[in-house]
Amino acid sequence: MQPRKTPPLLELIGIDKSFGQQRILKNCSLNVSTGETVVIIGPSGSGKSTLLRCVNQLEPADGGNVFFQGTDVTNDPKAAPRVRRDIGMVFQNFELFSHLSAVENIMLAPMRVLGMSKHDAHDIALQLLGKVRIPDKAEHFPDELSGGQQQRVAIARALAMKPKVMLYDEPTSALDPEMIREVLDVMTELSAEGMTSLVVTHEMGFARRAADRIVFMEAGEIIENASSTEFFGGTVNDRARHFLDQILH
Amino acid sequence: MSLELVYQYLVSKPFIHGAWNTLLITICSLFFGVMVGLVIALMQESRSRVAHGATLVYLWLFRGTPVLFQIIFVYNVLPTFGIRFTAIVSAVMALSLNEGAYMAEIIRSGLQAVKKGQRTAGLALGLTPVKVMRHIVVPQAARIILPPIGNQMIGMLKLSALVSVVAVEELLLVANQAASADFRYLEALTAAGIYYLALTTLFMAIQMLIERKLDPKSRRKGRPAGLFERLLGTSRGASVR
Repeated sequence: MQPRKTPPLLELIGIDKSFGQQRILKNCSLNVSTGETVVIIGPSGSGKSTLLRCVNQLEPADGGNVFFQGTDVTNDPKAAPRVRRDIGMVFQNFELFSHLSAVENIMLAPMRVLGMSKHDAHDIALQLLGKVRIPDKAEHFPDELSGGQQQRVAIARALAMKPKVMLYDEPTSALDPEMIREVLDVMTELSAEGMTSLVVTHEMGFARRAADRIVFMEAGEIIENASSTEFFGGTVNDRARHFLDQILH
Repeated sequence: MSLELVYQYLVSKPFIHGAWNTLLITICSLFFGVMVGLVIALMQESRSRVAHGATLVYLWLFRGTPVLFQIIFVYNVLPTFGIRFTAIVSAVMALSLNEGAYMAEIIRSGLQAVKKGQRTAGLALGLTPVKVMRHIVVPQAARIILPPIGNQMIGMLKLSALVSVVAVEELLLVANQAASADFRYLEALTAAGIYYLALTTLFMAIQMLIERKLDPKSRRKGRPAGLFERLLGTSRGASVR
């Protein structure tokens, strides 16, 4: 067998997923290369979030394969914790651990998964809080932070594991309008620094600014997978065009 | 009323022994009750149908019959099948098994109150399911179930008086015996009441200490309401000068 020269960082091949009778994902294939920012858009219920959760095995795929760094990691519950270390994830509802302060939220995984000392984990956590521009909120608890601040802590928490790729699942959908910008700015900055990112979002402004590639999904299928310039330049599929017209009013 | 006599009862050997037995029965039954409850709660969370069915039968039996019935059953009926325990062991067994049924529901509600997204977030960081339980679910559930468990602690202290039916020398039995021997009901029961209140106060203090320990914000913020403020219900006004 001929070894491939440089396998993509992340490779999804023919992913199928059903919940009961309903087929959520139909033969979805997608590559993400190191340093790339790929934005997935599409109507609600089109399977975007499920596809993202198949990447780090939060949802087991019914069919198809997930390759991460050239290794098949599909549905291997034993290997899942190891793979997830290298894949950061940010959720729509932040999901900060409510019994821990901001800094402790960030320290938990480095200490409990990587066995880092409390001192080192604390240093990293403070540095990351600086990076997401809330250094003064270290001792605050999640219920004392605004939505935008919580989401930035959640990004810092994922970054503390030094992930190879970041998955964002509608990171700004639960935020008040005035807080969306502060979160997107942090994400844009990370992308610009070369953090590989796979983002499910409805924020077309962010897609324009940060995305290298746009993937359009509808009814469980990947309809369009185009470079950002192509996509926004108008050379897109009719259904994608129709969706864009709708969300851009 | 003779305060002198109340004092004499308080420091008399049978009363001290009775109070000690009451405390012992309560603590042992609580401990084993929590253990039983934990096992039942985890069995209910499991996907095994057999385990699930067994817990339902257990809850049905022990919540469906009076605890007094269960105490008498363990002490008087089991020996006819050749299973014999001392009175105090029978008492602790019956109370533990009964308590376990209620603890199971409390613990299960605590575990379920921790939202699924919290576990997902832990898994996504690379924690194993066991570590998610240990570092994310249990600390959050513990804070939720502590107040109802405090209720159970105090309830158990008073429930333990029932075991006098199998002749365990606990506080109320001792007080009743002393009273009917000397015809001094007021003094004897006052002495028993003082012991009960002292033990209840002790339990409330323990609950408060644990609550304070489990409240992460207590490390940073001012002290929580003190015991006496809590007992007297004056904690709200305490910070106003």
